[in-house]
Amino acid sequence: MSSVAQKKSFGATLWDWLTTVDHKKIGILYFLGGGFFFVIGGIEAMLIRWQLHKPDNDFVSAGLYNDLITMHGTTMIFLAAMPLLFGFMNAIVPLQIGARDVAFPFLNSLGFWMFFFGGLFLNISWFIGEVPDAGWTSYASLSLASQGHGIDFYAIGLQIAGGGTLMAGINFLVTIINMRAPGMTYMRMPLFTWTTFVASAMILFAFPPLTIGLFLLTFDRMFGGNFFNHEMGGNTIIWEHIFWIFGHPEVYILILPAFGIFSEIFSIFSRKRLFGYPSMVFATVLIGFLGFMVWAHHMFTVGLGPTANAIFAVATMAIAVPTGVKIFNWLLTIWGGSITVTTPMLYALGFIPSFVMGGVTGVMQGAAPLDYQLHDSYFIVAHFHYVIVGGVVLAILAATHLYWPKMFGTMLNEALGKVTFWFFFIGFHMTFLIQHWLGFWGMPRRVWKFMPNQGWDMANLISTIGAFFMAIGVIVLVYNVIITSIKNVKVANDPWGDGRTLEWAIESPPLYYNFAQTPLVRGLDSVWIEKMEGNASGLTPAEPVKDIHMPNGSIIPLLMSLGLFIAGFGAMFRTETEWGLGVLIFGLVFTFIAMAARSLQDDTGYYIKKEEILRDLKRKGGQN
Amino acid sequence: MMKGLKKWRLFSLLAVLTVFLAGCGQEELSTLLPAGQVGRDQFNLLILSSVIMLVVIIVVVTIYVIALVRFRRSKLGEDFIPEQVEGSHKLELVWTVLPILLILLLAVPTVYYTYKLGDVAAMGEVDEDGNPENLIVDVTAKLYWWEFEYPDLGIVTAQELVVPMDEKVYFNLIAADVKHSFWIPAVGGKLDTNVDNVNKFYLVFDKDSNDIKNGDGVFYGKCAELCGPSHALMDFKVKTMPRPEFDQWVTSMQATGEKQIVANEQGEEVFNQSCIACHAVSAVGGSNEKQGPNLATFGDRNRVAGFMDHDKESLIDWIKDTQKHKPGNKMPSFGEQLSDQELDVLAEYLMGLSVEQ
Repeated sequence: MSSVAQKKSFGATLWDWLTTVDHKKIGILYFLGGGFFFVIGGIEAMLIRWQLHKPDNDFVSAGLYNDLITMHGTTMIFLAAMPLLFGFMNAIVPLQIGARDVAFPFLNSLGFWMFFFGGLFLNISWFIGEVPDAGWTSYASLSLASQGHGIDFYAIGLQIAGGGTLMAGINFLVTIINMRAPGMTYMRMPLFTWTTFVASAMILFAFPPLTIGLFLLTFDRMFGGNFFNHEMGGNTIIWEHIFWIFGHPEVYILILPAFGIFSEIFSIFSRKRLFGYPSMVFATVLIGFLGFMVWAHHMFTVGLGPTANAIFAVATMAIAVPTGVKIFNWLLTIWGGSITVTTPMLYALGFIPSFVMGGVTGVMQGAAPLDYQLHDSYFIVAHFHYVIVGGVVLAILAATHLYWPKMFGTMLNEALGKVTFWFFFIGFHMTFLIQHWLGFWGMPRRVWKFMPNQGWDMANLISTIGAFFMAIGVIVLVYNVIITSIKNVKVANDPWGDGRTLEWAIESPPLYYNFAQTPLVRGLDSVWIEKMEGNASGLTPAEPVKDIHMPNGSIIPLLMSLGLFIAGFGAMFRTETEWGLGVLIFGLVFTFIAMAARSLQDDTGYYIKKEEILRDLKRKGGQN
Repeated sequence: MMKGLKKWRLFSLLAVLTVFLAGCGQEELSTLLPAGQVGRDQFNLLILSSVIMLVVIIVVVTIYVIALVRFRRSKLGEDFIPEQVEGSHKLELVWTVLPILLILLLAVPTVYYTYKLGDVAAMGEVDEDGNPENLIVDVTAKLYWWEFEYPDLGIVTAQELVVPMDEKVYFNLIAADVKHSFWIPAVGGKLDTNVDNVNKFYLVFDKDSNDIKNGDGVFYGKCAELCGPSHALMDFKVKTMPRPEFDQWVTSMQATGEKQIVANEQGEEVFNQSCIACHAVSAVGGSNEKQGPNLATFGDRNRVAGFMDHDKESLIDWIKDTQKHKPGNKMPSFGEQLSDQELDVLAEYLMGLSVEQ
């Protein structure tokens, strides 16, 4: 357990990663897992765009096309965007609040492995050849009518992955409430921590409806239930409500951490305190709250009646107010600052116009009667890609550059970073701007092919070309990651030079116990305050050097998730094979045994001796 | 000379592109060229919201550009430490209150139009003689085609909706298998056809579909909700006409119950052997009487299967291999059962089914 780097065998390294409960390593695992699925989702997107680059194209079949759009949406939301954000939350939030780990390290690891096995389960459908094909929303009448096991993969895969997400959310809530360093009051928490906090609270309330909905769907499909079967007294509209009661908060769960990341970036690269910090916090909480009040705006055309539509229309528009507050606060943060355009800042600057564009089209669709035209047309496709790519994905790319040194101890190449940005940014607008007009011109979404002579040919071609620009941007990023990792030039604590929060006052990457001494926090932007007052280290310790309690690694989370993964196949093939029921029982028993092993074994962790910490401190010249 | 020509080409390409980008789409299916009161209300709301949102965008972009130009570190020097401003209550109040006002400006017409367009109270009304005041059409969406029944007129048709102009036409919408969504972009917004319940709304058609520039005499209708592999091909067409013409059409539709002169008698025989189980050629009746679309107006239609060219070759192609053209649809492919000669006479017969002559 020494912090001094030793040459380990491959097996030992692998074992270390499979059993780790260290939030920094789990952050990297999330980042790798999410990155992998991001590439898969991206390939699916390219196939979709290629199919639509010309009218009446037969590049993919109708069935395969529906597989692609379903898996693209599901993968990007659940298996790419969420895990990538969780990666950054794991890697950074404990550091930002001066903690040595999250509140429940074991649960943290379990959350990751459940996401990973859930994602794997979903994607194994490609090899079996029965892929989810009812859209990422899987509306009940179509998902019940869908042949083969596609929707079963969707229901069980998301159930497993969703369980992991729920655990991660609870973990971050408890961590942020309980593990803050002395002096880190709520109103001194960095914005990324705040947005993680609110997003986690939203996960806590939004994911249970998804869990319930997926269970009902699973029962309908695999065990003869009739929750959504209207011929047997069920109701398909209930699925739509349940899905969107989860689904709308879900998009805020994605965008809030993105807001947090950009708040950090604007502040760092303008060398200026975030403008209107209390109103930023208030706006975040308000968005989180309102996020649960507007789900029916996804259902304006379902026929809920004018009263329901009017109420949800006005509620939807109301969200523009706190979001607007945020935009202006960011603008006033860079106003009067000292702006330096690094790669992360470039993404943040690109984010403002992109997201404003996505925001205003959102308000337009909030106007219910207008939405009768825009709903399920290409306009909505343009809108949600403007907020999710223009907001969330730009934030993920920005954070990749910003936090790379903190996570891996080396800097991504800035020039290549800017090349990635420009390809991605131009490609993004080229792909999606024109799609607003495609919607106006009457093109419905989720269409496998379109006939010529409807005035859509050129616009679709432009859109496809844009998609290739985005792909080039991502390829350059991958190249950047590879050459950076090969060169591996080590950097200091604060490679950007203007770090303001605690993570920038410790090593890159931090030692496994993060802080030799828990820091004392004296205000917002703690490190900036210390540095301005002449404390070059940026940290004031709140305790003497003493033994540190750490948790032991464990393979049990992986085994528990593996059991659920196996049980999933059993449930799916239960009726048509002899082994199905056996496998279902085996998988569940496997998980229960793993759980029992965890409960019966008294794992109290271990202590890092004071001497070891002092030795580390000495090596670093007395600094944290 | 060559260089000038190239430049000229580039310029004209750009010009075309600009016109294209700012374009309004095609009359038969663009929401930007509304052909009815509902679509026009929605279009007005689009313009209002776009103007408000444009104001927001302009304000944001102005502040953004000025800040970006003025406050660069390259100008201010490496060592410049900006004042750590905490915030400004006055400013924050301004950008909370102003957006609220803008939103109110949009919210009021939104609520007004929501109720206006949702008002179907007049649907069941009858005049003194007990005749219905308004035309009602029952729409049933099926994998991947549309059935249109006129319950008060006792007729039914499929794939091509025929409606009179300049009056409110009320719709009852339902789906027979999975959820679909009924959308005529140029005329007004969509409403879902659920499997659980009947949805009601109205549309007004005030442009003659024969007057569409460069068009084929119909407005385009679409399915807007993912409903399976051939969702993309679940198109229908809409013919609009003045009321007298419509009444005439109704009369000829009601007459299809009687024996008609057929275009090809051999074809009729083939039809009676192979097709009649699922398709009717009389428009008299209601929804769901036959499994497949009603073919009484087949010869008048604009497309085969909703999206293929309306000619004999396409029709034969379609009947031979329906699954290739519309994967997952409920009509079997007849390439094996019917000989080329049978297909040929059948096509001729079908093309002769017409009420519009």
